[in-house]
Amino acid sequence: MNMSAHSDASQSPSASAGSRSLPPQADNIAAELSGFRREMLRFAVLQLRDQASAEDAVQEAMLAALQGADRFGERARLKTWVFSILRNKIVDIIRRRVREPSYEEPLDEIDETDFDPLFQSNGHWQRDARPADWGDPEKTFENRSFWEIFDACLNRLPSSTARVFMMREMLGLETDEICEELSMSSNNCWVVLHRARMSLRVCLDQRWFAGSEQRK
Amino acid sequence: MMTCKQAVRLMSEEMDRDLATGERFSLRLHTLICLGCHRYRQQMSFLRQACRQQVAPGDTVPPLG
Repeated sequence: MNMSAHSDASQSPSASAGSRSLPPQADNIAAELSGFRREMLRFAVLQLRDQASAEDAVQEAMLAALQGADRFGERARLKTWVFSILRNKIVDIIRRRVREPSYEEPLDEIDETDFDPLFQSNGHWQRDARPADWGDPEKTFENRSFWEIFDACLNRLPSSTARVFMMREMLGLETDEICEELSMSSNNCWVVLHRARMSLRVCLDQRWFAGSEQRK
Repeated sequence: MMTCKQAVRLMSEEMDRDLATGERFSLRLHTLICLGCHRYRQQMSFLRQACRQQVAPGDTVPPLG
């Protein structure tokens, strides 16, 4: 069906491009929405580790936002709202992936003994591994280069570890839900999350905080 | 007393489940005495805030309890 041939001349190109069923309010948010595209794509790529599915997810989220524009009131900021739609799309994609018959839990977990050098034999911190003061988080978050390091550190996590971590911390799922989705025991889930956090903090500490004036 | 190695494991788990009273008590005691683990806890809170910034950019996140 050729939608553009039937599009109403009063509609803007942005609103008529996706679907005929867009409410008139879609026009008001279309421009602002497209301003978030880059950030949304970055978020989706981090979660899905696959450019093509990330682009699909972002596109679907944007279309859903345009279609739901009449339901979008002042109750939330547009950015928060569209990110919550994107979050749901990503959760759906992950659920679909783990249900595919070809899906096998990859065995690329972080080995817990990787962190042994941080501790003395009595289980206390090694002197030079003792956690430092990272200073004010808000100040760090304002620095754009911090986020490049943050992404790089996330991308260095083994993919199955990263998936559990991001389902928990970015997609906001409860541990029970994650265990069920991925058929893991709760204990296994906690262990994976712990390793993810350990390795992220080591990475950020080495690549961002070390040498900065925050370190004391 | 709990070791730092045990404490960091519990500090991660407290982000994912409710700790038992005994666990909470020993952990609190440990982080009161151990500066390294006290900071580790702040770093865990930092990580959580950083992640939440991704989903709801600019929104404030309540600090870890």
